Amino acid sequence: MDKVIIAQDVSLAYSKEETIINKANFSIDSGSFVFITGASGSGKSTLLKSLYGALKPIEGSLVVGGVELRGVANKKLNFLRKHLGIVFQDYKLVKEWTIEKNIMLPLIINGYEKSITQNQVDSLLKHVRLKHQSGKYPLELSGGEQQRVAMARALAHNPILILADEPTGNLDDYSSQLIWNLLEGANEQLKTTVIVVTHHIPQTMKIEYKHYHIEFGDIHEVI
Amino acid sequence: MKSFKNHISLVVALVSILFSMQIFMIVDRSISAYKDNLAMNYSLVVVSQKKINTKDLLNKLTSLATIEQLSADKVIKKLNTGISQKNLELLKITLPKFYKFKLKTYPTPSQLKKIKKQLLRYPYITKVETFSNTHDTTYKLLLLFKKVIMVLAITILLVTILLIFKELRIWQFKHNERMNIMGLFGAPTWLRSAVLFRLSIVDALISFAISFVIFSYLAANEWVLNQFANIGISVVVFDKIYDSLIMLSVAILVSILLASFIVLGHKEEV
Ligand SMILES: Nc1ncnc2c1ncn2[C@@H]1O[C@H](COP(=O)(O)OP(=O)(O)OP(=O)(O)O)[C@@H](O)[C@H]1O
Ligand SMILES: [Mg+2]
Repeated sequence: MDKVIIAQDVSLAYSKEETIINKANFSIDSGSFVFITGASGSGKSTLLKSLYGALKPIEGSLVVGGVELRGVANKKLNFLRKHLGIVFQDYKLVKEWTIEKNIMLPLIINGYEKSITQNQVDSLLKHVRLKHQSGKYPLELSGGEQQRVAMARALAHNPILILADEPTGNLDDYSSQLIWNLLEGANEQLKTTVIVVTHHIPQTMKIEYKHYHIEFGDIHEVI
Repeated sequence: MKSFKNHISLVVALVSILFSMQIFMIVDRSISAYKDNLAMNYSLVVVSQKKINTKDLLNKLTSLATIEQLSADKVIKKLNTGISQKNLELLKITLPKFYKFKLKTYPTPSQLKKIKKQLLRYPYITKVETFSNTHDTTYKLLLLFKKVIMVLAITILLVTILLIFKELRIWQFKHNERMNIMGLFGAPTWLRSAVLFRLSIVDALISFAISFVIFSYLAANEWVLNQFANIGISVVVFDKIYDSLIMLSVAILVSILLASFIVLGHKEEV
């Protein structure tokens, strides 16, 4: 099976003094659904940052979507990022744009036609139950609503890999289930690889998944 | 309202730059107009024993603009104290010739000394009156005026630079987040900074339009024109083609430079 991610002896750090992830080895199959758990501060978000190239490994080799991220050039990184769908822990919505425009961002960057873009955004807004809010600005929404906008944005351009950092962290059970359904749907129907950081793996998972745990700078699979 | 707020700060900075630039230009033009005016009204009086070959002298001394012979009648009239007609005729013949020399530019005191020396080298020229006292005072006043304007211009420049740097910080703060997010979704640099450049060019055009209207008004304003007329000079307050072009280019250049600084200085945060 194809590998979307291959990590060999990958170490991650923000400074020389402290290594967050130490010589991690793992690989992720294309089309798989992966949960990552770990205590607060263990390095889950840090790992995701390295997967979208914001934090470069200080040693080892990290290949995502066929692109070696250690010392990657900007152009190549942009190319990779166009095919990723990221839900950030702090959402990272553009404050001065309406939520509609926020969801459009990956479609604009990927050069989609206007009519396709509008249709896609409309259907996504329906899926995350925010159709009636489409003209509002992020700061006019609740935390949970913003989180759903971030989810919709990550799905907009049918990415090959979704990286979601606690996408249900601020949601009630009903909205959480909405998100899990969307992620499962993308994985099942579009064969999108999904990596989700979470504190609670939902009991309702209908599909097969893998589970990695981060502890003491090490990443290991939980079987 | 939201978009108005987005534009106002850079527009204010740009308009103040264009404003001080144009004011400086007007002052500079006034000074040179005033200098021309002084040169035109200033002349040396030269006393010569014989008739001066005007053409020859103008060719030899290039700083001279015109030479005009003062009629002896006038001089005699001033002496007019009941001298008989016959004696007057005699006086006319023996009296030295008086000339009024005009210079091309208003001279510095040292230039003036040099000209005087050169003239006195001719044996038949006996006296050169430069009215040096009046000349010195006027000249020093002009120098002082120029220095004051220089200080003023430098002050304006400094304030403007500070204003621009403050603007840079605000812009960096305002646009960094959006550019960062766009970058995380793989937007190339041109797309990330497109909004920034569009905004800066729009602001440059707005600032230009504001300055254009203000100076067009001032250029036609009676009170302003009267001020110049009072000093006896005429100054182009605002040249609608030449000055406009300079204003427009400066506005666009400054705002594009500002945007480029932000784009180049942008770093992805981890
Ligand atoms: N930008 C940063 N600069 C320096 N250190 C950082 C930065 N971000 C995170 N860290 C440090 O790296 C470690 C791991 O942080 P990370 O955000 O990956 O944790 P996490 O597992 O996502 O935690 P949580 O569940 O609370 O989100 C923490 O000790 C944190 O202090
Ligand atoms: Mg985290």
